[in-house]
Amino acid sequence: MRQHLPSFSRLAGLSLVTAAAALLGGCSKLIIFSPAGDVAQQQGDLVVASVVLMLIIIIPVMALTVFFAWKYRASNKDARYEPEWDHSTQLELVIWAAPLLIIICLGALTWVSSHLLDPYRPLSRTAPGQAVAADVKPLEVQVVALDWKWLFIYPEQGIATVNEFAAPMNRPVVFRITGSSVMNSFYIPAMAGQIYAMPGMETKLHAVFNKPGKFVGFSANYSGAGFSDMRFAADSMTDAQFDAWVAKAKASKDTMDRKTYLQVEKPSEKVPAHLYTLSDPDLFDAIVNMCVEPGKMCMHEQMAIDQRGGMGVAGLKNSDQLFYDKTAARGTGKPADWNQKISALCIDPKQANMPGDRPESSPVAIDRLNGLGLTHKDDAAASHASSSALLSASAGNVPAPTRSNP
Amino acid sequence: MAPQSALPYSPIFGRLSLEAIPYHEPILVGTFCAVALGGIAVLGLITKFRLWGYLWKEWFTTVDHKRIGIMYMVLGLIMFLRGFADALMMRTQQALAVGGSEGFLPAHHYDQVFTAHGVIMIFFVAMPFITGFMNYVVPLQIGARDVSFPFLNNFSFWMTTAGAVLCMASLFIGEFAQTGWLAYPPLSGLAYSPNVGVDYYIWCLQIAGVGTTLSGINLIVTILKMRAPGMGLMKMPVFTWTSLCANILIVASFPVLTAVLALLSLDRYVHTDFFTNDFGGNAMMYVNLIWIWGHPEVYILILPLFGAFSEITATFSGKRLFGYTSMVYATVCITILSYVVWLHHFFTMGSGASVNSFFGITTMVISIPTGAKLFNWLFTMYRGRIRFELPMMWTVAFMLTFTIGGMTGVMLAIPPADFVLHNSLFLIAHFHNVIIGGVLFGSFAAINFWWPKAFGFKLDKFWGKVSFWCWVPGFWLTFTPLYILGFMGVTRRMRVFDDTGLHPLLIISLIGALTIACGIGAMLVQFAVSIWKRDELREESGDPWDARTLEWATSSPPPAYNFAFTPKVHSLDSWYEIKSRHVARPTEGFKAIHMPKNTGTGIILAGFSLVTGFALVWHIWWLAIVGFVAIVAGAIYHTFNYKRDFYIPVEEVEATEAERTRQLAAIAAGA
Repeated sequence: MRQHLPSFSRLAGLSLVTAAAALLGGCSKLIIFSPAGDVAQQQGDLVVASVVLMLIIIIPVMALTVFFAWKYRASNKDARYEPEWDHSTQLELVIWAAPLLIIICLGALTWVSSHLLDPYRPLSRTAPGQAVAADVKPLEVQVVALDWKWLFIYPEQGIATVNEFAAPMNRPVVFRITGSSVMNSFYIPAMAGQIYAMPGMETKLHAVFNKPGKFVGFSANYSGAGFSDMRFAADSMTDAQFDAWVAKAKASKDTMDRKTYLQVEKPSEKVPAHLYTLSDPDLFDAIVNMCVEPGKMCMHEQMAIDQRGGMGVAGLKNSDQLFYDKTAARGTGKPADWNQKISALCIDPKQANMPGDRPESSPVAIDRLNGLGLTHKDDAAASHASSSALLSASAGNVPAPTRSNP
Repeated sequence: MAPQSALPYSPIFGRLSLEAIPYHEPILVGTFCAVALGGIAVLGLITKFRLWGYLWKEWFTTVDHKRIGIMYMVLGLIMFLRGFADALMMRTQQALAVGGSEGFLPAHHYDQVFTAHGVIMIFFVAMPFITGFMNYVVPLQIGARDVSFPFLNNFSFWMTTAGAVLCMASLFIGEFAQTGWLAYPPLSGLAYSPNVGVDYYIWCLQIAGVGTTLSGINLIVTILKMRAPGMGLMKMPVFTWTSLCANILIVASFPVLTAVLALLSLDRYVHTDFFTNDFGGNAMMYVNLIWIWGHPEVYILILPLFGAFSEITATFSGKRLFGYTSMVYATVCITILSYVVWLHHFFTMGSGASVNSFFGITTMVISIPTGAKLFNWLFTMYRGRIRFELPMMWTVAFMLTFTIGGMTGVMLAIPPADFVLHNSLFLIAHFHNVIIGGVLFGSFAAINFWWPKAFGFKLDKFWGKVSFWCWVPGFWLTFTPLYILGFMGVTRRMRVFDDTGLHPLLIISLIGALTIACGIGAMLVQFAVSIWKRDELREESGDPWDARTLEWATSSPPPAYNFAFTPKVHSLDSWYEIKSRHVARPTEGFKAIHMPKNTGTGIILAGFSLVTGFALVWHIWWLAIVGFVAIVAGAIYHTFNYKRDFYIPVEEVEATEAERTRQLAAIAAGA
C-alpha cells in the first residue's frame, strides 16, 4: 500500500487538472453567474457578494488554522507553551463581534434583496438602468407542471405549448404557476430563480430575458419516475421572432381545451415539444381549482360555500366533489361521474379567496430609493459588475436617486 | 411511476406474494447472494465457536452503557457500508448516463437508491454513531456507573436496530420508497406511491424513532441527575454539555417527526386527507412539520461531535480548552436557534419576502455561535503543544472542511441566492460538506480517540493515516465538482443528463467517491490490523493521550462498574487535576456495588415491533394485531420482573481493583 499512495496522489492531481480544464472549457456554462435575464443576474451577483463578504472572515480562520497547526506542533519546542491559558476577554469580544458584524451586513443584504427580488413583485426594471414604464403590461404565461412535462398557456396570444417556452426579450414576463399532481419546481436558470409548482395552489414569478438564445428549463424538485426528462426548451427571442412563433402555434391544428388537457395530463415521459391553439381561456383557473373534468364543482366554489357557513348535513352529499386524485394518480384511474352533484355556482373565481392568494405587490419605485450606500445613476453602470459595494447586487444600479426628496 | 394496479391481497399474507421478491433484478439478486453467503458464514462461525450463549448473555441482553455504546457503533458501521454502496451506485449512474446513455439503473431502482441513501445515512449511520459515543462516554465523563434507565437503554438500541433491519428487508422483499429521503406528499401519498416503499419508510423510521426518543430522555436524565458530586453544570466536560443539548433537541423534535409520519400513515392506511390533493389536504403542512424536526436533526448530529472536537483539541494541544464558558453558551444558542430556521429549506415555496428574510437571517445568526466555536478551537491550539495523532489530524481536517461548508450554507440562507441554488448539486455538496466534514470526520476522530478506552489498545496509526489521506482529498474530489455543477444549474436526483459538457465533472466526482471507498477500505483494514496486533498496541495506563476528563481515570476497558468510588469533582478538567495534584488512587475500603441486571426484554420487544412493522407494511392485519398485543403484553409482563438488580460482591471489586493497582505499579516501574 505504501507504493500505492503516490499513485493515489497522482490520480488526484490528474483529476484536479481535468477539473480545471473542464472549468475553463465550460466557463460559459456557469449559467448562475452569466445568465440571460436581469433577475437571475441579480441573484447570481448576490451569490458572489455573499461569498466576498464571508471570505473576509473565512480566509483568516483557515489561514490561522493552518498556521497554528504548524507553529504549535509538538516538535517545535521554540514555540510558546501556556497550558493554563484559557481565557481572554478581548479575544472573546473579537470572536463574537467579528462574525456578528459580517452577519449584520449579510442580514441587511438579505432583507433588502429578499424584498426587491421577491418573485411575486412586478419588475421595476428590465435591465440595469432600464425602468419599466407604468403602462407596460407584462406577458402573462400560465405554467402547469404535469407528470412529467410542462404545459404553457399564453392567454394573451391564445396559444398553448407543451415543453416549449418562448418569450420576447426585454418584455417583463409574469408566470402564474401551478401543478396537477405532485410538487415540482419551475426553474429556468438563464432567466430567474425557481419557484415550486404545486397542485391546487398558484405561485407567481416575475422575470425577463435580456439576451437572445436557446436555454433550458426543468423541474428542480423530484417528482417521480419521469423527473429526469421533465425538461423544456426556453427560448429568448426578438419581438419579430416571437410573433412568428406565436403565428406558428396559432396555425396548429391541435386545440388545447379541457378534453385535450385531460389527455395531456396523463403520466408520460420524454414528451416532445408541441404547439396548440388555445380554445378555453379559463383552463388555467379550472386547473388551479381542480375542476377541469366536465361537471365538476370548482374549489373556489366549495370555499365560497364554506365561507358562508357551509351546507350543513347536506354538505355530506356533496363530498364526491372533493375527490381529485385520491384513488389513483391523475389520469390513471376511472373517469369520475360528477353529474349527480352540485356542478357549479355562480361565483367569480377572481372574487373568491383563492389558496395562495396574496395581495398584489407593487413594483418598487426605484427612483425614490435613496440613502447611504445606494448608488447614484452615474456609477450605476460601473458598479454593476462589482459586488463589493454592499447593496450593489440588490438595490444597486438605482437609476435616479432624487436627492432633493426630503 | 407507471401506475401500479393494487397489489393482490390475501387475508393470510396480506399484499405479500412471491412477486414481491425482486428476483428479476440482477443487482439485487447478486447483493442478496453476497449477503446470504456472508450471513451464513458469520452465523456458522458463531455456532462453530459456540458464541451464541456468550453473545446473548454478555451483549444482546446487556444493560451496560459501554457495551450498548459499542453495539451502536457496530450497527452504524454496518449500515454505513450499505449507505455508501448506494452512494457509489448513484455516482456511477450519473457518470455513465450522460448524452443519451441510460446508465445501468432504471428509474424504479435509482429512485429507491437515493431515497435509501439519505434515510440510511441520517437515521441508521449518523444517529447510531452519535448515540453510541454519548452512551459510551457520557456516564464515564460524569463519574456515573451507568445511565439512569439501563433497561430502557438496551430497549432503545434494539428498537433502532429493528428499524434498520426493516429498512434493509425492503431491499429483498418488496421495495423502498421512491420519494427522496423526506418523502414529500403528494408524491408519498397513496395515489402516487401505491406500493409498499413508503410504508417501509414510515415504519422503519417510526420504530427507530421510539428508540431515539427514549435514548434522548435517558441521557438527559442521566446528565442532569447522575453527575458526580461537585460537578456543577459549568464544570461539566464540553462533550457532556453538547450531548445534553443534542438530547434536549431529540426529545423536543422527534415527537414532531413521529406525529407527521403518523399523519402520513393515516392518509395511506385509513384514507384521511391531511396531505392529499383531495378534501382540502395541505401538502405544504407536511413540508413545514418535517423540517421542524429536520433542521434540529442536523444539530442533533453535529453538536455531540463539536463536543468531541473540543475534548480532542484540548487533549492533543496539551492545554485547557480556550473559552469554556463561551463554548457552553454557543452550544445553548445553537440549540435554541435551531428551532427557528426550518423554513430555509423551502424559501422557494412562495412565502412572502418578510417571512423568507426572517428565516434567512435567523439561519445566518446561527453561524455566529458556530463561528465562535471554531475560534475557540483555534485559540485552544494557540500556544499549545499539538501532537498530531489521528484524532487531531481529523480535527484539523474538520476545521478546514467545515468552514467551507458553513460558508456555502450561509450562501444558501439568502433567499434570492437560494432561488438559483436550491435543490441543485450545490446544495448536495453543501450538506455533504457539513455532514461528512463535521459528523463523519468527527466520528472518525472520536473512534480513534476513544477506541483505546473501549478496548485497551490503540488503533493502528499507519492504516489510519492511509484512510485519512484517502478520505480528505477524496471528499474534495467528490464534492468540488458538485459545487461547480450546481453553478451550472444542474439539479439533484437526476438519473440521466442530456448535456455531454457535464461529463468530465461527473467522472471526477466518481473518482472522488472511489477514493473515499479506498479510505473506507483502509479504515476496515485499520480495525482488523489493530485487533490482530492488539498485544503490540496494548495500552494499559487507561490514559493513552494524557487527557483531561474523568473517562480516562479508569482502566481500559473500564470495569463493569466504571468507578469503585464515585469521584469528587473540584474543577472542569477533573482527571487533569487529579493527575497534576498526584491525588492517590484509593486502594481499600471497597464495598459491594449495586448494579442493574441484564434482561432479554429489550430485544424481544424490539423483535415484536419488527414483526408488527413488517405486518403493517404488507397489510397482514392478523399478524400486526398479534405483534402489537405481544408488545403491550410483553411490556406489562416486564413490569412484574422484580429481579432487576444485583450486587457485585466486594471480593470481586477488591480483586479487580487489586489487579488494576498491580497494572499501574508495573507501568510506573517500567517508566
